[in-house]
Amino acid sequence: MTLVLEGDTAARVRAHLVGAYPEEGCGVLLGRDADGTRRVVDLVALDNRSPETRERRFTIAPEQFLAAEKHARARGLDVVGVFHSHPDHPAAPSAFDLEHAWPYYSYLIVSVRGGAVDGATSWRLAEDRSRFQSEPLELAPALAREPSGESRA
Amino acid sequence: MSTLIHIPTPLRAYAGQHATVEVEAATVGEALRRLVERHTELARHLYDGDGRLRRFVNVYRNDEDVRHLSREATPLANGDTLSIVPSIAGGAEPSAPAPPRGPRAAPDWATGADGKPALSQDELLRYSRHLILPEVGLDGQRRLKAASVLIVGAGGLGSPLALYLAAAGVGRIGIVDFDVVDESNLQRQILHGTSAVGTPKLQSAAARLRDLNPNVRVDGYETRLTSENALELMKPYDVIVDGTDNFPTRYLVNDACVLLGKPNVYGSIFRFEGQASVFDARVGPCYRCLYPDPPPPGLVPSCAEGGVLGVLPGVIGVIQGVETLKQILGVGESLVGRLMLFDALAMRFRELKLRKDPQCPVCGEHPTVTQLIDYEQFCGLTPAAEAEESAARWEIDAKTLAARVAQGDDLVLVDVREPHEFQIARIEGAKLIPLNSLPARLAELDSSREIVLHCHHGQRSMRALEYLYSSGFRKLKNLHGGIDEWSRQVDPAVPRY
Repeated sequence: MTLVLEGDTAARVRAHLVGAYPEEGCGVLLGRDADGTRRVVDLVALDNRSPETRERRFTIAPEQFLAAEKHARARGLDVVGVFHSHPDHPAAPSAFDLEHAWPYYSYLIVSVRGGAVDGATSWRLAEDRSRFQSEPLELAPALAREPSGESRA
Repeated sequence: MSTLIHIPTPLRAYAGQHATVEVEAATVGEALRRLVERHTELARHLYDGDGRLRRFVNVYRNDEDVRHLSREATPLANGDTLSIVPSIAGGAEPSAPAPPRGPRAAPDWATGADGKPALSQDELLRYSRHLILPEVGLDGQRRLKAASVLIVGAGGLGSPLALYLAAAGVGRIGIVDFDVVDESNLQRQILHGTSAVGTPKLQSAAARLRDLNPNVRVDGYETRLTSENALELMKPYDVIVDGTDNFPTRYLVNDACVLLGKPNVYGSIFRFEGQASVFDARVGPCYRCLYPDPPPPGLVPSCAEGGVLGVLPGVIGVIQGVETLKQILGVGESLVGRLMLFDALAMRFRELKLRKDPQCPVCGEHPTVTQLIDYEQFCGLTPAAEAEESAARWEIDAKTLAARVAQGDDLVLVDVREPHEFQIARIEGAKLIPLNSLPARLAELDSSREIVLHCHHGQRSMRALEYLYSSGFRKLKNLHGGIDEWSRQVDPAVPRY
């Protein structure tokens, strides 16, 4: 299934994650599955509630997640995934990500280096929980690697 | 009892693709059992091998985590909804060790397991703007909840102070006040409303504070603070805030705080100017280091006599509130050793450095005051009973005066108030000689005729009477209760103010 970030959602993901740098930013993706495509039409940007160093960990508190689910229901949408950033790390899932992953959700990971977006990928947990499978991500300009001249590094 | 269970998207594949499942159950545990009976595949996703809820699975009854209620024994009422909520976490660093396995323990702030008071979900929301301040945070908010503050006086200063302390979540607020709400208080004492006029201030204060924040314990002491009860009243509290308007109580609060080793958050107001400081003899000066002796009685008028801009106690009371919170949180630079002066007309703050006086009779190197004394006497005021007895010889009540005027007695009525007060209300036929111009205008008075003096409430006119007596006048009377009493007892057409 291909993940498509519709409207301004990619730009909002980017704004939230760049704003959270050098900490990891996170949030919940809301949308619908239809005809082999998962369309994200809204999102809820959340505080990173990790009790550990937030530069390399993120936690979404259950009450935040509950509120996001309510928000989705009210709009006739589902929670279809989670997005988070890897500050100064590649946009690839870590062992820690895998251990904490849930089936079904799309895990959108955005690399932010020196405060600028450096690419994005999306992943889904394999049926047997053994690994993440890459999920096609429709290219969203807002999440593409920024030209080096824009970098704040 | 019918309960709706919300299934999160990852688990819907194991629940027939349903977003919600309705079950009949009396407890959370029973509801979940009914759910997995119907959708058996869900069981392995919800429970671990030992039959406990998995650590990344949270169950909420309405908006509350059942781990903070009675877990699976949590009762369900008709119309309650259950939500199965996934815990979501992740991170960039691949090499970091995973957190330990096992059921996730509720944090200390939610259980109070570390000895500090726990915060509920409601409190988290209420104090969220504090919690995101690093200087307060969860730890500071729990300190505020554990703290106790005694406010002496629920008046102009005590009102904004008590409101903000309650709103901020100070766990226990004590208030000492024996007064009743008067219409003239409402211009600045914002704890009390029009409907509270005539009722005890403590009553309206407690009702307002409980409505503002039901998590706060409010203890009222309907008594005058005295040398006999001060130490006992103040002992259980961490911080004492002085919101009084008279010198005997101010010295009493100061000395008791020094003796008990507690911080005294001080504020005072007059007309358009105010002062604030924190007196903590353990680390800085006390009120007596600044003012070893009280001013002569009558030199400094009270707000009732001198007037006060209604907003002024708001400014000063809120400064006291800020200092009180800083004392509890242990953050910032306190006003210890500094006297803050505020001039509302110039809109200017100034600051004076205060030094601890080694000769201070209460907190100095060789203290002479080691227990509470008679503060009325210390401030040059005669004890109330004695004063009443001597004053009674000179006093005339409003009705008697009215009767004597009516029968044509030869009386000279002298009003010693200020001209702007005279504009508001006057007694027919009274001659205006403001108290401070009395010495210069003595010649206008005839000592052979009987002179009846009056002011607003009878205090300034008593001083005028003492002055005239010392100048040789003998046929003198003071109108008891002043023009206010005249309006109430004799002539309602005279406005009260």
